[in-house]
Amino acid sequence: MQIYLDLFIAFFKIGLFGFGGGYAMLPLIQHEVVGEPHKWLSMADFTDIVAISQMTPGPIAINSATYVGYTVSGSVWGAVVATFAVCLPPLVIMLLISKFYLRFRENHYMEMIFAGLKPAIIGLITAAALTLMNSHNFIDYKSIVIFVAVFIATLFKIDPIKLIIVAGISGIVLY
Amino acid sequence: MLKEPKMPILLQMFLTFFKIGMFTLGGGYAMVPLIQREIVEKRGWVEESEFFELLALAQSSPGPIAVNSSIFVGYKVAGVTGSIVATLGTTLPSFFIILLIAAWLVGFRSNPHVEAFFKGIRPAVVAMIAAPLFSLSRAMGIGWKGLALAAAVAVLVAFAGFSPAILIGITAICSLLYGIWQKRRQQGA
Repeated sequence: MQIYLDLFIAFFKIGLFGFGGGYAMLPLIQHEVVGEPHKWLSMADFTDIVAISQMTPGPIAINSATYVGYTVSGSVWGAVVATFAVCLPPLVIMLLISKFYLRFRENHYMEMIFAGLKPAIIGLITAAALTLMNSHNFIDYKSIVIFVAVFIATLFKIDPIKLIIVAGISGIVLY
Repeated sequence: MLKEPKMPILLQMFLTFFKIGMFTLGGGYAMVPLIQREIVEKRGWVEESEFFELLALAQSSPGPIAVNSSIFVGYKVAGVTGSIVATLGTTLPSFFIILLIAAWLVGFRSNPHVEAFFKGIRPAVVAMIAAPLFSLSRAMGIGWKGLALAAAVAVLVAFAGFSPAILIGITAICSLLYGIWQKRRQQGA
């Protein structure tokens, strides 16, 4: 029983303090699952989870919760508890934010705030694209060909799901 | 466009977010084009102009962006039940896939076909994040001040390691002060 409680607390913390999403949450997850007091995973195990998260769909926080929950407890229930715990804080906080926003969005001050936030979000998306333009994602000229093709297809509003599948199949054909 | 008016809204929402959860590879902003396509263009649950506010809100709460976005859309469309259903939809695909890998497919990562598949997908995901930036900025009617702010945020986050949540907070406060200052000046003139 103790293990489920420990999993719940650790992943609740990750959900509560994991601002910024994605890789911004990695140090926090590492601190909870590799560090003291639990030492649930070795650093090598953790690197494996990051790699698996990159290759599987879904947010990395959810992926690591499910993986750690299962391996640590040896049961599906551990995975359920950890995944639930990591989703709980965002669910409560985001519900409050949504409620507040939907009530006050016509408010003059809210409009002022969002006038500045919109360009900031464009900046954040640009930052995400820039960070991903690394040697892990772009290994050779074929990567660049895929990038350019998908870039053009996206401008023509082709369905993203179709593009992902086609890009994956091109990967199998090309590599 | 697909429209199934007979399907209950909660089921519709579950399936839509399940699809988003299923095809969100790479995490974070990789889901932006997909969620925009499904939520704004296909379903019309969130208006084009609201979409950025949704992203700003999703960034200001802790937790994965995909999960936070589904909570907002779920709540807007069908209240608290809606947000829970949408969150389940986003989470379940990765939950089952990871469980499968943790239990049986330990060698999954070293499979050469899987490896090749992902080599093809990675640059595609980057392109899908980058391509809509131009049309988005135009749609939002961003002027030179906005572009300067966007560039500053991009550089601070990508190259100086600033936390997006903190930048969002600072931007929100500065925009509020700037808006009030401008209003006062107009009233004074």
